[in-house]
Amino acid sequence: MIAILDYGFGNVKSVWNALDALGEDPYLAAEGKELDQATHLIIPGVGSYDVAMAELQARDLFEPVACYVRSGRPLLGICLGMQLLGDYGEEGKGARGLGLIPGQILSFPDSSGLDVPHAGWNTARLRSGHPVFSGLPEHSDFYFVHSYRFVCAEPEHVWGTTDYGEDFCSVVGSQNVLGVQFHPEKSQKKGLRLLENFCEWDGKC
Amino acid sequence: MLKKRIIPVQLLIGNRLVKTVEFGDYRDVGNPVSSSKVYSDQDADELVFLNINREERDCDELVRLIQRVSEVCFMPLAVGGGISSFESAATLIRQGADKVVLNSAAYRNKELITQIGERFGRQAVMISIDARWSAESGDYKLFSDCGRTLEEVGLEEHIGNVVEAGAGEILITSIDQEGSMRGYDVRLIKRAVECTNIPVIAHGGAGNFEHMKEAFLTSGANAVACASLFNFGDNNPIRAKAFLTNYGLDFKTS
Repeated sequence: MIAILDYGFGNVKSVWNALDALGEDPYLAAEGKELDQATHLIIPGVGSYDVAMAELQARDLFEPVACYVRSGRPLLGICLGMQLLGDYGEEGKGARGLGLIPGQILSFPDSSGLDVPHAGWNTARLRSGHPVFSGLPEHSDFYFVHSYRFVCAEPEHVWGTTDYGEDFCSVVGSQNVLGVQFHPEKSQKKGLRLLENFCEWDGKC
Repeated sequence: MLKKRIIPVQLLIGNRLVKTVEFGDYRDVGNPVSSSKVYSDQDADELVFLNINREERDCDELVRLIQRVSEVCFMPLAVGGGISSFESAATLIRQGADKVVLNSAAYRNKELITQIGERFGRQAVMISIDARWSAESGDYKLFSDCGRTLEEVGLEEHIGNVVEAGAGEILITSIDQEGSMRGYDVRLIKRAVECTNIPVIAHGGAGNFEHMKEAFLTSGANAVACASLFNFGDNNPIRAKAFLTNYGLDFKTS
């Protein structure tokens, strides 16, 4: 059973539709105890970092998510859901993250002169060897919408990079936890392939 | 870096897909859910839906449509036509739309642009602008209400206003060229591109891939939108991209 974390901050329906189209049987998990039966967990997210973290806390989801991750079952964070995996996000008033992958979530530098949000189709260069990338080309195009990016503390956790004025980390991963900055549920065939691979992943890497 | 985009536009009356010429004289061209699925398979980069029903400007029909389309198309979806409240916009986004398209409301209620942008991000607000050349005044005139109401504001001033209010993208349509398949109004699009940094989508008049090339290379558009070109005949986004990549334009690969 694939759980989609429902904390009031996601395009939950788009993720649900994509999983449904893949023949999966997803369910929405709004409370910590609903993660017990999950074989896989997806944290979607569209919105502001500090408000989203406050919401996770208000719903007592911090510890259940940490407990889920300790069990070795696979977790996929999408967009804001990926950023929440880090230690700290500076968006809004700033907030501590879930601390599952070391790193900070910072805005794009003003000096880049590029439009923010970074919104549209762009290429992720994927590092080879991750089971969730199976069947995807090294250069794969996905749909992005975000104003902040994950600055990884450890290079080994960078599984994909994307060029937007500078190379930024568009995929992070550590053991059974994976995060993608782009929206696989909005990225047509390659996005669906990534989600399908995730649903088949045993969390080992 | 970001890719250029090819965007099929689907005009709706009720739950049917139609195609107009110069904003009138429409033909029924099919079912929008089926055509969306086909466009998705043909590697379109995004889909735009515009309700042009002049009698019924109710968003419920659009909500039902976006629910059905988002079950079969896993790509960015923009939807508009008659959106005048934050609640309608929020409902459409929660039901699967990634962007809402505002036209008439952008002249009358700039606060709405700001509200949607602040809640969902500015990329979620696409402003549609319909323009017609006026030989008398020697300039473009803007029209709201599906081309029926003349607006007093000039092109550059209006774009400046909506960008300041928080718009993320401009869809610029030439009423003169719309449905003609004679080519985009390159001069109009170039003027829109030159007065803003946000992405501009060229619309109205595409009759062949050469026209698309011109809109990208001569007017500097980030994306081209079209309806007739894909509605009638066997052209599709895959073929358009195969042609356009020869001119150094970079698109997503499927």
